[in-house]
Amino acid sequence: MYDSTTTRVVRGVLIGIGIAAALIFFLFPIYWIVLASFKTKLEVSSPTPLHLFQFTPNLDNYAVVLGLKKQGPMAAGSPGDFMGRLVNSIIIAGASTFLSVLFGTLTAYAMARFRIPGKSDILFYILSSRMLPPVVIIIPIFIMFTALGLAQSYVGLTIMYTVINIPFVVWMMKGFFDEIPHEYEDAAMLDGYPRVQAFFKVTLPNAWPGIAATAVFCVIVAWNEYVFAFILNSKAAVSTVPTFIAANFQGTAGINWGPIAAMATLFVLPVFIFTFLVRNHLLRGVTFGAVRR
Amino acid sequence: MATVTVEKMTKRFGDVVAVRDLDLHVEDREFMVFLGPSGCGKTTTLRSIAGLEKPEAGTIRIGDRVVNNLSPAVRDIAMVFQFYALYPHKTAFENIAFPLQARNVPKDEIRRRVIEVARVLHIEHLLERRPRQLSGGEQQRVALGRAMVRRPQVFLMDEPLTNLDAKLRAEMRAELKRLQKDLNATTIYVTHDQVEAMSMGDRIAVMKLGQIEQVGTPDEVYNHPSTLFVAGFVGSPAMNFLPAEYVDGANPTLHVGGGAFSLDVRPEWAQAIRQKATGNTFTFGIRSEDIALYTEPGPDRIPSEVYVMEPLGDVNLFDLKVGEHIIKAKTLPNFRLRIGDSVWMKLDPDKLHLFDMQTERAIL
Repeated sequence: MYDSTTTRVVRGVLIGIGIAAALIFFLFPIYWIVLASFKTKLEVSSPTPLHLFQFTPNLDNYAVVLGLKKQGPMAAGSPGDFMGRLVNSIIIAGASTFLSVLFGTLTAYAMARFRIPGKSDILFYILSSRMLPPVVIIIPIFIMFTALGLAQSYVGLTIMYTVINIPFVVWMMKGFFDEIPHEYEDAAMLDGYPRVQAFFKVTLPNAWPGIAATAVFCVIVAWNEYVFAFILNSKAAVSTVPTFIAANFQGTAGINWGPIAAMATLFVLPVFIFTFLVRNHLLRGVTFGAVRR
Repeated sequence: MATVTVEKMTKRFGDVVAVRDLDLHVEDREFMVFLGPSGCGKTTTLRSIAGLEKPEAGTIRIGDRVVNNLSPAVRDIAMVFQFYALYPHKTAFENIAFPLQARNVPKDEIRRRVIEVARVLHIEHLLERRPRQLSGGEQQRVALGRAMVRRPQVFLMDEPLTNLDAKLRAEMRAELKRLQKDLNATTIYVTHDQVEAMSMGDRIAVMKLGQIEQVGTPDEVYNHPSTLFVAGFVGSPAMNFLPAEYVDGANPTLHVGGGAFSLDVRPEWAQAIRQKATGNTFTFGIRSEDIALYTEPGPDRIPSEVYVMEPLGDVNLFDLKVGEHIIKAKTLPNFRLRIGDSVWMKLDPDKLHLFDMQTERAIL
């Protein structure tokens, strides 16, 4: 006969070990990079594993990155330009996320609620725009953007990221709207509200978890994007963090481990904060189908 | 309050015709039930009256007003949905207040009216809860409250009791019926449950494949079904049907169930058959309660054999084997027989039904 208490304890311990292993696997790189940002160059590149844990934390790398301390000249401006690039990233990722969620959500609502001729074809067409790898379209887009004056600008890259994210938003949000019973809107319309108001008063409040989850993914895509940023916004004034980090990877005296680690840490923070703020919505958003209506 | 009139309404979904050429008039303050199996167009008809669907053809009037091109918001109707459709992000109070807010009713007035409605429905203590904290029956009451609070011209109800358990459903049936009379509200109620239709409706419109088969009082629909479908759909257990053949002559006779038994045809029946029938083949129908059972043979008694007996407490239900056919008969609970016993049926001659085999329309 099994002792059910023992079985439960053993199972709990095994699950705990499994989760711990997964966490170590996924979080170790972050741990390493955060730690490296507080180390001297010597400590980072030391072959002795002990230095992984034994070092004197210092903020020199952050001082360099934030332009408070001079270091030798680097490829695309000095590491001290980092804050400017971070602001660029925030502006472009923020604006493109807002726009792609706005347009994508409205499109998804129409796709979820109305009888539209050729709807599945339209949806496939929207999705198909994501199927080409960026390098295939980057040259024509660069030429077009240059002709239109959109290259080397906030607007250009924002449009680019918006366009990249819209298909994703449409498909995600259509799923969420499909899950929200249309009877809510029917009821609201019978209660005396026009459809637009029914959407804002009833459907939208119930779609927030989905919107939050979708927005997080959009932010991450725009935040991390490299290829378009590298080609379209190569000038320092409008460049974003990923290209800036890459450009500063190789310093005059080897790889700039310390400043790069500091930049990577600072680069992760905004996404971390954003995700943290919407975490309650996110949880419901990710598990949406599982929630009993 | 108001009448509702539907004229020649047709509604398609792509190639599928959901409602075809439908005509219907609902009287002021009437409790009208749309009864039919799923896919018969009853919900589509209701949603068209609500303005949630736009019919391709026909006119819909509420009172004297043609509402075809009016949005649901201005039709002054309220609807209770099968899944209640309570707004999950609002409390019960806010749910009930929602339609009043749309009309810019002052706050004090809203509070007064919501509480008044809550009192009628016995949900005053639930007003601060959100829908997911309410049981099915409580959600149902909140949904009713939301419909009642603004005193609409017409109530529409789409299978509102389907999601309740059997006991609560029976309670709410009576309560809804009483509420409708107290409110004096024109009500259209959609259901697939013939018990609900029979017990609640002033009149019943039985629907099939997008068309109305019969409109009538529960008594008319039950005792004088105008089509084979209505006869089979209304009533539990369903009416017994047997094929029958009519032989005219000096002594007109009906051979039922492939010769299982024969009935003498009264002169007035013969006349009805000659006038209405398209051929001489029919479906013969009789309800289980219109069959009397005897343990002895006698005049006009038809011999049969007990196939199964189901004691239901208040009645016993017999499956009787007659020739190759099974006929269900209801008896008092003290009438007991064993499987295989011989038994004699006597059919109530005033309760026979005969339907044309071709048109499925009632002859008798």
